[in-house]
Amino acid sequence: MTQPLGSFPGGLKLRGHKKRSTQTPIRRTPLAKQLILPLQQHIGAAAVPIVEVGDKVLKGQRIARAEGHVSVCLHAPSSGTVVAIDEQAIPHPSGLSAACITIETDGEDKWAERHPVKGFQDMTPHEIRQIIRDAGIVGLGGAGFPSFIKLNPGIHHTVESLILNGAECEPYITCDDMLMRERADGILDGVEIMLHALNAQEVLLAIEDNKSQAISSMELALAARPHLTQTKIAVIPTRYPTGGEKQIIQVVTGKEVPTNGLPIDIGIVCHNMGTAYAVGRAINHGEPLISRIVTVTGTDVTHAGNFETLFGTPISALLEFAETKRQPDEPFILGGPMMGFNLSGDNLPVTKTANCILVGVEDAAEKAEPLPCIRCGDCASACPASLLPQQLYWHARAKDFDQTRDYNLFDCIECGCCDYVCPSKIPLVSYFRFAKTEIMNQERERKKSDLARERFETRQARMEREQREKEERQRQRKAALAASKAKKEQDAAAETSSAEDKEN
Amino acid sequence: MLTAIIALTLLALILGLLLGFASVKFKVEGDPIVEQIDKLLPQTQCGQCSFAGCRPYAEAIAAGEADINRCPPGGEATIQALADLLDVEPKPLDEECGVEKPKMLAVIDEQRCIGCTLCIQACPVDAILGAAKHMHTVIADECTGCELCLEPCPVDCIDMLEVAQNPNTWRWPDPSHLQLERGGRS
Repeated sequence: MTQPLGSFPGGLKLRGHKKRSTQTPIRRTPLAKQLILPLQQHIGAAAVPIVEVGDKVLKGQRIARAEGHVSVCLHAPSSGTVVAIDEQAIPHPSGLSAACITIETDGEDKWAERHPVKGFQDMTPHEIRQIIRDAGIVGLGGAGFPSFIKLNPGIHHTVESLILNGAECEPYITCDDMLMRERADGILDGVEIMLHALNAQEVLLAIEDNKSQAISSMELALAARPHLTQTKIAVIPTRYPTGGEKQIIQVVTGKEVPTNGLPIDIGIVCHNMGTAYAVGRAINHGEPLISRIVTVTGTDVTHAGNFETLFGTPISALLEFAETKRQPDEPFILGGPMMGFNLSGDNLPVTKTANCILVGVEDAAEKAEPLPCIRCGDCASACPASLLPQQLYWHARAKDFDQTRDYNLFDCIECGCCDYVCPSKIPLVSYFRFAKTEIMNQERERKKSDLARERFETRQARMEREQREKEERQRQRKAALAASKAKKEQDAAAETSSAEDKEN
Repeated sequence: MLTAIIALTLLALILGLLLGFASVKFKVEGDPIVEQIDKLLPQTQCGQCSFAGCRPYAEAIAAGEADINRCPPGGEATIQALADLLDVEPKPLDEECGVEKPKMLAVIDEQRCIGCTLCIQACPVDAILGAAKHMHTVIADECTGCELCLEPCPVDCIDMLEVAQNPNTWRWPDPSHLQLERGGRS
């Protein structure tokens, strides 16, 4: 065990509310009749379907391929028939629809052929990354970034530490906690593979100190693998948001990830515990990522707990299985109470990034009209990224987006600490999210207008060239015409003169 | 007295040479203000400003021949940006030029298209693909929504559709406009 070497500024001590969902072991959600699989469940380009409506698919069969570099494949979570490839409502704060593949399950749950790897030690890191990409594995902590990219440090970097993030700092969420308690060995399988792929010098399994059962179960599993000498468990203090990537790196190693930088720039790679487990399943068992553990909890849930759920299962079916007091179409929270967002709609599917479904929050802040900012500065002292939320708020409100950028808006991890402490109940994070998407939109439009300008100028140049060529051709034709005319005249003159000669 | 004159003359010579060198070495090609204005314009190339494209309009603004409020696709945001750049008062959009509209995309009804190529010739950014007597189509990513293809079409088969939002281009709403919409915070 190692001691944490640092800490991050700000943060909050929150009530965990985690007992409710850790009383029962992980259960399997029953197979749903229909599975709706959004083609984009990760950061990057959406996957491209490789099946057609009417195709029979087997469990684990690839149904969409990765498109471009930052993308992963998608697999059928159970056997059945593809009944639709169209736009469906997806769990996104916008409430918009996106392309999905819908599979009607046949209840047989029949696996496609799996290709487990015996002895990953003989494989090159590249081969391992390829399998992980083909298995559709993304970061299961919530962001959904394709994991194979984070397992590629590049030739310019060496990996000093691989950090396994088991902090799970947000209240109510317990899916990683339960995974560590019950499947510690499976996690370590994945850790060994990641270690091999990254050639890291040390591995730190970072777990918050409120998860004593998870810590002891991980310790036990680790003791059974004496060859993992460079792997240690780092017990870190429970504080929100320790689970943020930059925050956990700061706590565990004392190093800070630079602005606009990546952890790999300081020799660190960070993965979620659930991701490690998925990597282990993919390599050692040949199973692609087709399910995840979802915490279903909240004051309105009767049988709160963790559920191993196939992707595409309607959230309403999961909530029905856990029994809730929720009425149809009543909103629920996807994610935790701090960073999650409200959703409603019964047909929304569970996706790769859905870690928690929350129905009813115990000490929810009363909805209130925000009061004017009193410049108390509490938000700045709570900010784990050392930002000035107050300044960001003024500029975002005034739509002065260049200024928000100068105040490092993009370092904001949207943890909600500033919202939580604000005595005026100003929805600060909403302003930051608004400003971020506005800036990204401006960026997109600028790119588009640059392209339009380029195309316009190229067209203009082409038209000028064509005009010049036309004029040139006309000139040549005129010259040729004039020359032939002159020749004709000459000939005619010669003829008449010869005729005159003859006459004479 | 003499030393002072010599010293100042020498100084003047050296600085003069330095300035001369700098003016050759760091010569700015083109008119930077035109570039800057052009950058702020939306590059729709629609000609609603009565100039033949965004760049000619930028040149006219720079020369003081045109007002900054003649760009309907850019709308208020562009007028504001131009006013900031040129340090003048922003004005409301000139209604002569048109009204601000949401982003549009030209779509050709392929059943009705007769393949006359007139729209291809009208498109300022070469965003229409096709050949004579063959169906034409719009490259959606490159269409600027300028509507210049509508007029020449003899069979009226081009429609302007509003660009639909998808989850990747969706923007969080401005919280100052919607209050009391927030979810539970523990």
